[in-house]
Amino acid sequence: MSAFYTATDHFVLLPAILLALFGCATLLFDFWVFPDPKQRRWLLLFLVIGEAFTAVAFWRQQAFLGSHGGDLSAFHGALVIDKYALFFHWIFLITTVIVGLISYRYFEVREEHHGEYYGLLMLAQCGMYFLASGTELVSIFVGLETMAISFYILVGFLRADQRSNEAALKYLLLGAFSSGFLAYGFSLLYGLAGSTRLRDIMAAVSGRDPWDPILFLALVTTTVGLLFKISAAPFHMWAPDAYEGAPTVVTAYLAVGSKAASFALLIRLFAGALGPVREAWLPLIIGASVLSMTIGNLAAVTQTNTKRLLAYSSINHAGYILLGLVAGNSTGLQGMLVYIMVYAFMNLGAFLVITALNRKGIAGEDINDLRGLMQKAPGHAIWMLIFLVSLAGIPPTAGFFGKYYIFRALVETGHYTLAAIAAIYVAVAAYYYFRLVKAMFIEKEDTETPPLEVSLGTRLALGITGAATLAIGIFPEPFLRLAQMSVSR
Amino acid sequence: MQEHLLSIVLFTPLAGLLVLLFIPGTQKNLIRWWANLSAAAGFLVSLPLLFSFDRAKDGYQFVERFDWIPSLGVQYLVGIDGISLLMVLLTTVMGMLAIFSSWQSIDTRVKEYYAMFLLQQVGMIGVFISLDFLLFYIFWELVLVPMYFIIGVWGGPRKLYAAIKFFLYTLVGGVLMLLGILTLYFQYHQQFGRYTFEITELMKLHLPLGLQQWVFWSFFIGFAIKVPMFPFHTWLPDAHTEAPTAGSVILAAVLLKMGTYGFIRFSLPLLPNASADRTIVTVLVVLSLVGILYGALVSLMQQDWKKLVAYSSVSHLGFCTLGIFSLNQAGLSGSVIQQINHGISTGMLFLIVGVIYERRHTREIKEYGGLAHVMPNYAIVFAIAMLSSAGLPLLNGFVGEFTILQGAFDANKTWAAFAVLGVIFGAAYLLWLYQRTMLGDVTNEKNKGLPDLNWREWAVFLPLIAWAIAIGIYPKPYFDILEKPVQAIVLRVHQAQNASVAPAGGTATRAALEVSR
Repeated sequence: MSAFYTATDHFVLLPAILLALFGCATLLFDFWVFPDPKQRRWLLLFLVIGEAFTAVAFWRQQAFLGSHGGDLSAFHGALVIDKYALFFHWIFLITTVIVGLISYRYFEVREEHHGEYYGLLMLAQCGMYFLASGTELVSIFVGLETMAISFYILVGFLRADQRSNEAALKYLLLGAFSSGFLAYGFSLLYGLAGSTRLRDIMAAVSGRDPWDPILFLALVTTTVGLLFKISAAPFHMWAPDAYEGAPTVVTAYLAVGSKAASFALLIRLFAGALGPVREAWLPLIIGASVLSMTIGNLAAVTQTNTKRLLAYSSINHAGYILLGLVAGNSTGLQGMLVYIMVYAFMNLGAFLVITALNRKGIAGEDINDLRGLMQKAPGHAIWMLIFLVSLAGIPPTAGFFGKYYIFRALVETGHYTLAAIAAIYVAVAAYYYFRLVKAMFIEKEDTETPPLEVSLGTRLALGITGAATLAIGIFPEPFLRLAQMSVSR
Repeated sequence: MQEHLLSIVLFTPLAGLLVLLFIPGTQKNLIRWWANLSAAAGFLVSLPLLFSFDRAKDGYQFVERFDWIPSLGVQYLVGIDGISLLMVLLTTVMGMLAIFSSWQSIDTRVKEYYAMFLLQQVGMIGVFISLDFLLFYIFWELVLVPMYFIIGVWGGPRKLYAAIKFFLYTLVGGVLMLLGILTLYFQYHQQFGRYTFEITELMKLHLPLGLQQWVFWSFFIGFAIKVPMFPFHTWLPDAHTEAPTAGSVILAAVLLKMGTYGFIRFSLPLLPNASADRTIVTVLVVLSLVGILYGALVSLMQQDWKKLVAYSSVSHLGFCTLGIFSLNQAGLSGSVIQQINHGISTGMLFLIVGVIYERRHTREIKEYGGLAHVMPNYAIVFAIAMLSSAGLPLLNGFVGEFTILQGAFDANKTWAAFAVLGVIFGAAYLLWLYQRTMLGDVTNEKNKGLPDLNWREWAVFLPLIAWAIAIGIYPKPYFDILEKPVQAIVLRVHQAQNASVAPAGGTATRAALEVSR
């Protein structure tokens, strides 16, 4: 180990190395070992093993932080492992595994089961690693692009499907555009600070007038780039199309993994390095948050495609999470983390049930495909009910505690108007979530359709997400404490 | 046992529900038996509460405390005083009877139906026994989903509209109420340095009147929608009319009381200055009076039997809120007794509509007439329910209405005058309904040969009739149970009034004097 690559550097980077190694190895194995499409299920095992190794690496990091305290900085302040980063790493890991578990049946039915899929999942997660752990603009940007490029391919994974291709192209163009914005903002920040490290940037901006034109330009472009990534209005246009066209399993990954990773970066940037110039970016965030709740909710009401509906609902959720940043106190930040964790489980769960509806000849993506689900597959219907109630933020499910923190943070910081707006939108959101409930429980199927074929992976994933959604709702203490620890510095 | 009594009462229906889930859906009769047993057990375990309740004691009894979410300061904290005791008993009794009354009328998706009913019982009991504000809120919201399904799946022709309307209205009220709760929670942390939702702790807060008023309005939206007070009542006729009979019974008898209970348990003691504020009292009383008169007048106009009963609820609940905001002993205890009475009599009226609907499948009043000749027993039961609802002396309704009027009269004579008008209209629409449906000759061929009450229906009506007569003849035990808690609330409002430097309004001072008298 030289001075360029110390033991600490290795310890910090190890999970990313593992993910990259296993990801690339999957691409190769696909050719060498499993030429027959039927055997490609084994690649899922490969993903699980890779994730298990990664989990061990994270676990060791967690144990180290637990016994030594503080955080672990590597590569001269380019990467950091702290409780905040680990919180997100665990979310990414669980998300990736769950998406992997539900994927094989989906792609087999669509006859598009290719091995590189699992590799791309892990490479995307590798990119996410840098978003949560990066403390230096270039590493962050490279991580962001690694994640984004994996997603461009994943969204267009149904090669024969026109909509999937269209979605991939739209996502690619708008994603590249937003990356450009972000890169522009980063370059301005570098210009201001003379360094790409976040701590230097923080020192540089804290001495400046927040309304300094160059700084303001940097803030605006960075904010715009990030709002694209978290699909907040008014930069949400790509989301409904990309969500609808992408394979449902990829939509789940996009809606949860990509969004959580972008939020990890957003919080580190805005609550950390750019915290001193809060007054300059705050109006932008407030505006984006209110617009996201408005557009997300109102547009979701009229959707007939479930994936599109959930896309708009995820825009709405982005608006709620941003409110935590608006409040900006420790409750607000803690609330963002709780919300993201809760959102990951309940949203994955909802997409999972939609995925399970996918059968030979039935896309299962229309609201009408949910009709009569209670008679057809009561287990799925009841889990879906729990996910939807949670998405609507009704206790005793996990979603309530996400909303609870956001409301509490707003009340504590005196944002009563915003709190009232957010409260009223809860009812609007409940309206469209209950359209799905109505279809499942009250309406009847139009025509007889074949029963669901549920894979073992889906059952397992459904159990994990459902149990988590209920557990966080009924015994939230350990989960809340985890979030609390992750933001305390 | 004794120290966990409330938890047992709370979780008995839940235990019943969990077992129910394992019974196969095709075993309809087994499911019915089990659900009825669970509900009956729920009632039986609630009886010891009544026997062991010490009415001479101040404060809460059967208190159980357990740190549920320490990092937020949320506790599983339950306990009851006289007011909650009556509400819990009302819930267990009406829940049992409502479940029993569904034996024949519900034949589709039986398992889901009973599961929803039992879940709803848990939520309702939880609302009435929670002494932790967040716990209360969680139970409050828990009730929404089962009721949505009960209306939406087993309801009438416009069930989908009614179900979602009920759901959204109550949800939006609940969430705005949550903002008020969080404001108190945050203020407590400011003043005492720790977080708690415990209501006896929150009562120690010293809040400026302005803030109290804001929080009051946020609670008001939540509670007023639930009660429902005019002009938030529009969900009620739809929900009541479309719900299946047992759903309407529970909705009227118990669910609406969650709103009035909220005013009594939370708004008044936690925000005494705002509750006695002249503007707020005037607004609330005017809305109550408008509700009383408007509900009664609209009832007079109804062509639909069930809708008439639904609108009569708006009128009767107006009396309850009028009693609460008279802010004196008579008004408040009258209000609680009237809530019980409304549960009994309106519950009966809905059951009566249900009985005839099962036989004729129409609720148009003009389809009927002269039913007393065909179904004499039914006519007698209806007469008792109608008279109890109209407030005839020696029946329960009279006790509640009279005490409320007495309280209102002490507070302000004009209020009482308007409320008395409501009593007269109330008698008018009920008697006219009775005349149109029961008396005269049988004009409609289809009504000839309708069977009279069967034993199941008798079994539902008899306990309710007995209860109605018992309250009417000897209401003293109820007043005794209510005396201490109501006194404490009135005293608190009165003290806050005296302590505040702001000049007290005429109404509030008079209300305060009422206590010292």
